[in-house]
Amino acid sequence: MAPPRANRPLLEVRDLRVEFPTRRGTLVAVDGVSFHIDPGEVLGVVGESGAGKSLTGTAIIGLLEPPGRIAAGEILLEGRRIDNLPYEAMRRIRGREIGAVFQDPLTSLNPLYTIGRQLIETVSTHLDLSPAEARERAIRLLQEVGIPGAEHRIDHYPHQFSGGMRQRVVIALALCANPRLIVADEPTTALDVSIQAQIISLLKRLCREHGAAVMLVTHDMGVIAETADRVAVMYAGRIVEIGPVGDVIREARHPYTAGLMGSIPKIGRHEERLAQIDGAMPRLNEIPRGCAFNPRCPQAFERCRQERPRPVAAGRSIVACWLYDGAAPTRATTEMANE
Amino acid sequence: MIAFIIQRLLQSILVMVAVAFVAFSLFAYVGDPVAIMLGVDFNETDKARMIAELGLDRPFYVQFANFVGNAIQGNFGLSYRLARPVDQLIFERLPATLELSFLAAILALIVGVPMGVYTGLKRDSWLSRIFLTVSLIGVSLPTFLIGILLILVFSVMLNWLPSFGRGQVVPIGWWTTGLLTISGLKALILPSITLGLFQMTLIMRLVRSEMLEVLRTDYIKFARARGLTNRAVNFGHALKNTLVPVITITGLQLGAIIAFAISTETVFQWPGMGQLFIQSVTFADVPVMAAYLCLMAFFFVVINLIVDLLYYAVDPRLRVDRGVAGGHAG
Repeated sequence: MAPPRANRPLLEVRDLRVEFPTRRGTLVAVDGVSFHIDPGEVLGVVGESGAGKSLTGTAIIGLLEPPGRIAAGEILLEGRRIDNLPYEAMRRIRGREIGAVFQDPLTSLNPLYTIGRQLIETVSTHLDLSPAEARERAIRLLQEVGIPGAEHRIDHYPHQFSGGMRQRVVIALALCANPRLIVADEPTTALDVSIQAQIISLLKRLCREHGAAVMLVTHDMGVIAETADRVAVMYAGRIVEIGPVGDVIREARHPYTAGLMGSIPKIGRHEERLAQIDGAMPRLNEIPRGCAFNPRCPQAFERCRQERPRPVAAGRSIVACWLYDGAAPTRATTEMANE
Repeated sequence: MIAFIIQRLLQSILVMVAVAFVAFSLFAYVGDPVAIMLGVDFNETDKARMIAELGLDRPFYVQFANFVGNAIQGNFGLSYRLARPVDQLIFERLPATLELSFLAAILALIVGVPMGVYTGLKRDSWLSRIFLTVSLIGVSLPTFLIGILLILVFSVMLNWLPSFGRGQVVPIGWWTTGLLTISGLKALILPSITLGLFQMTLIMRLVRSEMLEVLRTDYIKFARARGLTNRAVNFGHALKNTLVPVITITGLQLGAIIAFAISTETVFQWPGMGQLFIQSVTFADVPVMAAYLCLMAFFFVVINLIVDLLYYAVDPRLRVDRGVAGGHAG
């Protein structure tokens, strides 16, 4: 069930470019990335390690670590630019309007303070509540994320909780001030497989209840398939395909996405070996000319090596691939007609 | 918690016994007390009588037990040089050294920690660079040279502060303090700067590197992502996490300050224990040396014990009942 399309997207990212100046030249880690997230929507962002998905999330919450910087493009939250705000103005948005969940719950919490203290300080930073009200809210949040005995557990320290419980606390922290958007960066990667599903369904349920949209960064297609409304596939700092999750999974258009889907094992089908994409994603200083995927692409042709593909509409998705551009050769056109 | 304290106390006692043994050995190896006390002219009867009086004919372990028993009561015998009870000599001089040392340590902390935090947070500001450069000088210049330079500038050239002594002191019971008179305070300034400078730069560099380390951690990044103010992140979250190593080093350094006040006391003619020790070494005054050794070991042991207890106050991971933690971990 997709949420109704609102008039104005909650978050809009336009031509975002993140650079790291180094001694040996500038590395472009995120290159011309554009997407939007509607209110209450879950957007999955997938890709291999180093594809730029986490950096995109970090850029949105304004916490890129120098020397990394936003070199071009803009980020709009409800139509207001937030990428060029001064530190203090952006601080007020973090936590209040955009919450964050990080990868490793074991290191996300300060070991020297009780979880209650950390919750209460976050609540009172953003909301005008008395200490007693803030504590009450903190306990309610802990109950919502499913911590048993929250009234008692609130005074415990992070090391007294297991990994899954700590990630629940982290989610409670992200939801403290009812933000409109949650940027969740690999929220389950560091957890046991058996806990992962619980955390994902909790995150999904809570965001729906609180009316928060989610940008879910992960490399786990299974998580995306279960959770996301739409999905953006990233490769070498660029979005290669973005569309409704069912379309992208069932009829992947970009050859990279198709390869990615082919590499997922399917239950009930016996396969000798899993399909894999030959080669590896290029390093940031070795991104080839034209389409970044062209050296590994089984369908690459001359144009892919010369010109960078523009994003074009293909069905309900948007794909950056010459196969789907109007000027593409017949091979791709016939392929599309067959579908 | 209580088991931990008892364990630490037992360890401390073991250390003290070992140090007492070293101090006791001084009597056997540094000169012959009988020869020193009898002088050049003596006969064998006198010598035998003195050996019996001093208990030197008794077995070794009895002598050691006597030494420890007396030491616990603060009785280290008579100084060879001044022929006065050693404990009296030490207690007369203890206040001077302790006042100087604690002032130096406080100075090092209240200047060193903020400087460390500042240079950790504003890594690239020009003031940080100045602090770091100056701290290099503080670390590399020997203490006595700093003392002499300070005397040259503030006593000889500017004539602002006294170059030696404690100034006027006020007795409070057996304790004498220079903190209550103007001249006493003025006399404290130069020696405490001299003594504290090295520790100050050390603490500053330590706090800085710990801050840099902590600021890179996930929980600091997450604290920023929660929209906490810079102040809350830097001082509430980051600084507290740097405290454990800082407490350790500061504690150990406090012991070092007391023990190595010797050179500062010599430069400033400070009437403290360090000066007493130097004079005792020159005269091979073994009872004073032995007492000084035991007292310093005692200070180190007590400070270490306090440092260990402070860990518990700072880091909850240590004080938690393991049963509870185990029950929920998984």
